[in-house]
Amino acid sequence: MQQIINFVIRNKTFLLFLLLFSVALALTIQSHSYHRSKFINSANVLSGGVYSTVSSIDKYFDLEKENKILAEENKRLRERLLNNSNASHTSGIDTILSEKKFRITIAEIFKNSYSRTNNYLTINKGNKDSIKQDFGVITSKGIVGIVDNTSDNYATVLSILNKKSRINAKLKSSDHKGSLTWDGNSPFITQLEDISTFAPVKVGDTIETGGESAIFPKGISIGTIESFETDISGDTYTLQVKLFNDMTNIRSIYIIEHLDKNEIINLESSIDE
Amino acid sequence: MNSVTLSNSIRFILLLLAQVIICNNINFFGFINPYIYILFIFLFPIRKNRMILLLTSFLLGLLIDIFSDSGGVHAAAAVSLAYIRPILLKSSFGTLYEHQSVKFRNTEPGSLITYLILGTLPHHLILFSLEIFNISSILLILKKTLFSSIFTIILSLIIIILFSRNKK
Repeated sequence: MQQIINFVIRNKTFLLFLLLFSVALALTIQSHSYHRSKFINSANVLSGGVYSTVSSIDKYFDLEKENKILAEENKRLRERLLNNSNASHTSGIDTILSEKKFRITIAEIFKNSYSRTNNYLTINKGNKDSIKQDFGVITSKGIVGIVDNTSDNYATVLSILNKKSRINAKLKSSDHKGSLTWDGNSPFITQLEDISTFAPVKVGDTIETGGESAIFPKGISIGTIESFETDISGDTYTLQVKLFNDMTNIRSIYIIEHLDKNEIINLESSIDE
Repeated sequence: MNSVTLSNSIRFILLLLAQVIICNNINFFGFINPYIYILFIFLFPIRKNRMILLLTSFLLGLLIDIFSDSGGVHAAAAVSLAYIRPILLKSSFGTLYEHQSVKFRNTEPGSLITYLILGTLPHHLILFSLEIFNISSILLILKKTLFSSIFTIILSLIIIILFSRNKK
């Protein structure tokens, strides 16, 4: 017993190092599995508070650019509205019956990150604005990511620039579907995997969300095809997709809630049983 | 609270804020960020207890991790750096360290640069290995380690020189 105590006292620095290092390692490994980084995330009062203070000063510097983006979006929406109202006069039957399927919340990014291999964003809406895990996040140009952790006033978003991210996407010209992933290299290019070689792939074609998951609605634009190559197996293409969004420079975002999500998930889980 | 504890606490807070607000957003060439918070571990008083250094380094790393959503990678790297610090001091300052009389403000620039290089490289290597966590991306890990280390070392030297002038 005496020897054990002596050993501990003699090596106390090393033992403390070992303890702290294994705690850190455990947290790291935990953070590498999806939706597990519960304790160490920036959606808390301390970091959220600091980021919101900094952001409130910082946002004055690009007000002009934000205004321009909003004006462009307004123009696009107005064009679509005018074109749509003409069309609905001819076939206005379904529009009365269709219910609201999505709820949209506007939010602002406090902390952006794109230089690491697993990137997260911090936004200024949380539980109090009924933001929950697995809501989709987009901008006026394209998709950004999926809500990961939430606290009362803040939330973290798993960016599409994250090795853990897999988003269902398809070609706009046909209905061939695949998963959007990221290889960790350039913040402007993502990869679309598992597109069948039967698909009519052309450089410059548009990629949009597939709407198979209950997170993003169908048809939100993602980017254009930069180049493509056949996989080792020879059955599928991997496409390099140039994003419409400049992920290094975003501030205003929209959070999408799919109102029928629980219904879809319940239905799908009942098939598995 | 004496003046050494006070100045170290202030340094802790200032470096934490500088890291998360400024340095994490530099993204030089798209991926190079300096990690100047390790200056806290470099400049921690030598005569103080090593246990306190280990604990404060862990806390600093963990806070950086919370701010940048990176799990525990900074905590692991910071604790490792704090643990190997005596070896670094011995190999870069030699007899000065054995007499416990190293003063960072008026040492030779050569030994100071050696000390910074020897400490920054292993810290960044552990940091990026854990962050990328994939042995097949070893080239990416080495590339990030090298470029970020150069940036960190230069910035750290500048900070040390600037702040030691003020005190004289």
